Amino acid sequence: MTYNLPTKKGYFGSFGGKFVPEILIPVLEELEKAYDSAWKDEAFRNDYLDLLDDYVGRPTKLTHANRLSEYYGKAKIYLKREDLCHTGAHKINNAIGQILLARRMGKQRIIAETGAGQHGVATATACAKFGVDCIVYMGTEDMERQKLNVERMQLLGAEVRPVESGSKTLKDATNEAIRDWVTNVEDTFYIIGSAVGPHPYPMMVRNFQRIIGDETRRQLMEAEGEGTLPDYLLACVGGGSNAIGIFYPFIDDESVRMYGLEAAGLGADTDQTAATLTIGRPGVLHGSLSYLLHNKEGQIQLAHSISAGLDYPGIGPEHAYLQDSARVTYAPITDEQAMEGVKLLSELEGIIPALETAHAIAYLEELMPRTREGEIVVLNCSGRGDKDMGTISEYI
Amino acid sequence: MVKKNTQQNRINRLFKQHADSPEKIMSLFLTAGYPDPESTVDLILGFEEHGTDLVELGMPFSDPLADGPTIQYSSNVAIEQGITMSKIFTMVRQVRERSDIPIILMGYINPVLRFGIDAFCEEAAAAGVDGLIIPDIPLEESGIMADKAAEQGLPLVYLVAPNTPDERMRKIDALSEGFVYCVSVTGVTGAREGEEVAQSVQRFIDRVKQNVTRNPKMVGFGIKSHEDARRIAADMDGFIVGSALIDTIRESYPREGWKDEVFAFVHSLKYG
Repeated sequence: MTYNLPTKKGYFGSFGGKFVPEILIPVLEELEKAYDSAWKDEAFRNDYLDLLDDYVGRPTKLTHANRLSEYYGKAKIYLKREDLCHTGAHKINNAIGQILLARRMGKQRIIAETGAGQHGVATATACAKFGVDCIVYMGTEDMERQKLNVERMQLLGAEVRPVESGSKTLKDATNEAIRDWVTNVEDTFYIIGSAVGPHPYPMMVRNFQRIIGDETRRQLMEAEGEGTLPDYLLACVGGGSNAIGIFYPFIDDESVRMYGLEAAGLGADTDQTAATLTIGRPGVLHGSLSYLLHNKEGQIQLAHSISAGLDYPGIGPEHAYLQDSARVTYAPITDEQAMEGVKLLSELEGIIPALETAHAIAYLEELMPRTREGEIVVLNCSGRGDKDMGTISEYI
Repeated sequence: MVKKNTQQNRINRLFKQHADSPEKIMSLFLTAGYPDPESTVDLILGFEEHGTDLVELGMPFSDPLADGPTIQYSSNVAIEQGITMSKIFTMVRQVRERSDIPIILMGYINPVLRFGIDAFCEEAAAAGVDGLIIPDIPLEESGIMADKAAEQGLPLVYLVAPNTPDERMRKIDALSEGFVYCVSVTGVTGAREGEEVAQSVQRFIDRVKQNVTRNPKMVGFGIKSHEDARRIAADMDGFIVGSALIDTIRESYPREGWKDEVFAFVHSLKYG
């Protein structure tokens, strides 16, 4: 591979880094060392891959969406079925990887933040499987929107700590998780759920999610013949973990055009939006430098999206770099468009997608007319929509 | 790069003057604009009158992830009342018309970054700011503003924490200007019970003494009384109080005579 980021200091171009209080520096150094040695250790990787196979249910299928393809009548559409992962979304790939690392480092107490609740459920699941304590920070507004996931986490034995500060969503849950972490550095491992945070998290999360892209590459060749690459890759981006997971193994394949779809909320030109890459400016939040929604005084603005998992004013630093280097195209999708995406996939393919995933589906409306017969589109179906039924029924 | 002469800096002068004095230097942290923007200048001048040697003026940020509930609260109040970076510079200028007390601006990097590193350092220096503490700029990221701050004669104060290894403490001492901020306990800012602080802190203080030899040493986090300060700062050049001060303001504001109550607390912190 010629793409070789991040740098040793954790930079993707001018984005990334370790903008954290001194207390966290020794912790991040310890984590970085442990991760490097684990990732090089065949036994560790085998444990990780065995669990993904035996427990998560990998490899997930690459499903030919024949009716959806016919509907547009152009390129052939495949869905990478992360919705079929145990717990219903790609988040578990990373949670399993990080909990194995936590165990290797001898950390007995796990904390996590969650927005939609998928990462919280994945972490609570992994903690139950390994018998370790789990505390999940979640904004009270998200707890309201994602009640089902709160109950799932509790049933799995996790303690869900409600976060009342700020916008009461993912950003504030992350603040609280970091406050817990700086207070309990000795015994606590913080499982970050997206490709955000200080180095080495964005790299680590990406590498625990790259299995999505690695499988896609292999499966597409099995289905379409040796040497076949997708012409288009589509994924939704909030923090950006499912997107970087499917993009990363294809970054050096120049013919593969990649699209990251972010949440525009009511519109990228309104103040009810989470379209960080479209309208954000560089800044520092949660330990790394990336695009951010903030006002001219540098105060973080509240993001809005109907999808709790994309309702975040930041974005992983690698996506900031991939946008600036023009390797990936990022586009905003509104709440309304996403809801159309939910209906489309449900009606044509019998798959109810997560509201997050629906942002990628909605972009087909724009992309497909530009494609040609014989081309291949792979869309990362990052999660299933059961958790969103309340929001969806209310909207309809 | 033209490096301004920092010997004349008010912080350096303060520590020089106190070098042979047994009295501890007291630094107070106040969120700019808390409890209201009109009071900040008066509070700083009153602090000085009641024994404060140094002021850390907090630049409020919407997401203060290293701070406990007290400073989260004061930051929110200040932001809601429309505090901006320009208003903070104006406050410093107003203090400077009447006082020579050293003022350090303290806050997270994002508002500084958004203002523009160059413009920020230039305006801060011009307003009469004496130094900067940016807790989410560790050594690793110092490149983002170290040169510009030095060019403007603004010492950048770095922090050491209980889990900072010896060798790293020495590196921080080599890079830090003005003093080294010693965080006495792991965790977020906030007043703690005296015992909790006392028990864990001595081993850390001993390591600081061994490794921080170039700079003066100020200790903070969790100090809420003169007794705490005396015990924890015994081997330090001075101590820093933030959350306990803001809690006191929060309890008394806007009662008649609230400032006098706050100043009485400040006096008691310094003199017992």
